[in-house]
Amino acid sequence: MRLARAFMQLSPILAALGRHKVATLLIGLQVALTLAVASNALYIVATRVVHLSRLTGTDEAHIFVIRNGWRAGQNPTQVEATIRADLDALRRVTGVRDAFASQTYPLAGANGIIIAGVKLQQDQSTRPPRGVVYLADDHALDTFGVSLEEGRNFRPEEITTYSPDDKPTAPAIIVTRNLADKLFPDGNALGKTVYLPGGPTAIVGIVASLQSPLRESAALDYSSILLPARSRDPDGVVYLVRTEATPMAPVIAAALKSLEPRGGMRIIDAKDGVVTLAGAREQAYAADRSVATLLSIVCGLLMLATAGGIVGLSSFWVSQRRTQIGIRRSLGATTGDILRYFHAENFLIVSGGVALGLVLAVLANIGLMKVYPLQIMPLYVPLIGAIVLWLLGQLAVWGPASYAAKVPPVVAIRTS
Amino acid sequence: MWGYYVALALRSCRRSKALTALVVALLALGVSACMVSYAVFRATTSDPMPGRSSQLFAPQIDNAGPAHAIDGEPPEMLSYIDAVALLKAAKAKRQALVYSTRWGVESNDPSIPALAAIGDAVTADFFPMFAVPFRFGGGWAPNDDERHASMVVISRALNDKLFGGRNSVGQGLRLDGKAFQIAGVLDDWKPRPRFFDMATLGGSSALDDAGDVFIPFTRATDMKKDIKFPDCRSDAGATDPRDWDAYLHGECDRIAAWVELPTAADVAGYREYLRGYAQEQQRLGRFAWPPNVGLHDLMDWMDYLRVAPPASSLSMLVSASFLLIVLINVVGLMLARFMRRAPEIGIRRALGASRASIYRQFLIEGASIGFVGGLFGVTLTLLGLWGIGGLFEPKIARMVHIDASLIGLTVLLSIAATVVAALYPTWRAARIAPAWQIKINP
Repeated sequence: MRLARAFMQLSPILAALGRHKVATLLIGLQVALTLAVASNALYIVATRVVHLSRLTGTDEAHIFVIRNGWRAGQNPTQVEATIRADLDALRRVTGVRDAFASQTYPLAGANGIIIAGVKLQQDQSTRPPRGVVYLADDHALDTFGVSLEEGRNFRPEEITTYSPDDKPTAPAIIVTRNLADKLFPDGNALGKTVYLPGGPTAIVGIVASLQSPLRESAALDYSSILLPARSRDPDGVVYLVRTEATPMAPVIAAALKSLEPRGGMRIIDAKDGVVTLAGAREQAYAADRSVATLLSIVCGLLMLATAGGIVGLSSFWVSQRRTQIGIRRSLGATTGDILRYFHAENFLIVSGGVALGLVLAVLANIGLMKVYPLQIMPLYVPLIGAIVLWLLGQLAVWGPASYAAKVPPVVAIRTS
Repeated sequence: MWGYYVALALRSCRRSKALTALVVALLALGVSACMVSYAVFRATTSDPMPGRSSQLFAPQIDNAGPAHAIDGEPPEMLSYIDAVALLKAAKAKRQALVYSTRWGVESNDPSIPALAAIGDAVTADFFPMFAVPFRFGGGWAPNDDERHASMVVISRALNDKLFGGRNSVGQGLRLDGKAFQIAGVLDDWKPRPRFFDMATLGGSSALDDAGDVFIPFTRATDMKKDIKFPDCRSDAGATDPRDWDAYLHGECDRIAAWVELPTAADVAGYREYLRGYAQEQQRLGRFAWPPNVGLHDLMDWMDYLRVAPPASSLSMLVSASFLLIVLINVVGLMLARFMRRAPEIGIRRALGASRASIYRQFLIEGASIGFVGGLFGVTLTLLGLWGIGGLFEPKIARMVHIDASLIGLTVLLSIAATVVAALYPTWRAARIAPAWQIKINP
């Protein structure tokens, strides 16, 4: 009923707006631009936040990484022996739960990663699904803190060696569910023989989730392969260590101390030689976080500015129309009628702006897609933005409207 | 007259405090958002070689063929064969080859622990070409390149670590276990972005500090040092680096080249030379495709490699739209403000003020408001830049700096924006008929 009365006022509202074409146009335009900018910005924020909050699948809070470089001139056998001794020492440090050696770690980025195609037949000519390799051993699962969904852990005798120019292979591999499903959509990957670039191997275990070193690839972020092999890379090795309790600093110090006896062989950078996985996450997503924070702040300011503009112009209109309001009041309009008049007027203007804004938002999205790696924005994002703007408009006009409603009927007689 | 108009503006501000405060606040927000973004954008796209960048060019030669080209562009790095050919041809005023690589650095003093350092293999022209500042000693001569000299130039930071900051020229150190003699120690040299070996580093490292160790290109090649990610996209594919000689003369791209070309004629000549070289290679049967070469000057090159983090250009775009929206807002509010004073304008006109003086009055009023908005904008900008560490990655944040030009620009932008926003409302105000207003509004 009340709504009907509000809409019966439509034609006088339109007539009134016709006398303020420019101001109406300005508010409408402002709403339209706000919708276009804010919905695109918020869409980018949302995609970044989703990105940021993905889990690696590991016990991140308790894992740190030692990036150990080898000094020049050591042969692979020496390197391998030192890795064995180092791991023995690391696992014996108090506070260390488990440790293993690899060539990279989750969220490390593309540096030094091994990407391997996994074929179902040796002579397969179609492009196989690919996975990112972690060199691992029988301690890898416990160190990562991931548990097997199916199958078994590596056996010590399955552990081979890997030099940087080798083609990856091993008697057995453990893969993530993500990769297993890509290889065998029916879900029976366990126990199957597959072909790595270096030869056949068997999938002996499947883990639920384990992020690869990558964080922005189209398909490889969760397609990890654990390959039981020790790195013979003459450049260096990466030790992943899982601690028992949260305060990691003393354990890190003790772990570095345990490596000192063979210190003549290695270089561990004082500044970035030790990385916690939490730190790696911080670093890996720093750009995402800054984009998200920045755009959220600007969006907030944008909404504020639009609301401010509506408040300012509406107050001006109210002050201009005091006489007319007084006349309407003395002719029997209630305070509610006046309130509804201004709310309805605002709704009309914002609706006009929203209609234009939806078009602009889609156009801006298409334009941005050409410059930035962005997906197409689903239409519900600007629609949500439109609802927010409607609410914002109603909220912003509430102050001036209630001020207008307080105009006493006597104003009609008093002035002019 | 100016003073009078400013006084009028002040008086009208006093009459509509809320509206004025709103306009000033909006302007300050819009302008400061723009300036913070601009400060970041300026820092990440700044010229690392001011005055020289337009003479420094990065040549490209397509040795992989159209089948492997991305958007038809030649690879960003050169193969060893092509790089050495350009160096030998010496068609430019200066030419340098560069590639980044890692070293294990050991001092002859056993009490100093060994450390890992990132550095570059460079040819002799590198130092004069990029005007690299030296604290002690200098670079090496071209004939040191030819004799594969075991000479090294180290950074000031490394010199501090290894030699306590003393003049270490002539002393020795070991790189990957091999003895080298120090030819020079750099002074602080922090070109940002790290343009000179960017192509061999990958974009994410472009904002890092310059490396600590520079050794002759020929010597590094003898030591089989390679970049982290050679680009082996050609049909030949990746050959096994263990067969170093075959790998070196294969089609893996791993070297950045720079040439100094002072005049436009030099540039055209060099482009012609590159095309001729590629044609020659086609004739010899090495390339099965017509010449596809590139020659970008330094700033173009950084654009080409997309060094500026997307966050900085994105924030620039968003804050510019923010300012636009704020301005639309300000137009509306100014209109309200000026039209409210219709009676006053009518009286002024009736008393003989010309249209021009109405224009002057209201534009000055706009500029005054813009000035105040700009002052608040400066405060907000400073606040924003102070908190920049919370918004951008540390390596971007530390590049951003505040200077007088930024502050001046903030105030100017604010004044210019407000004057532009005041144009239409002023035009409306100036159209007010003199007597009409007096008649209806007592």
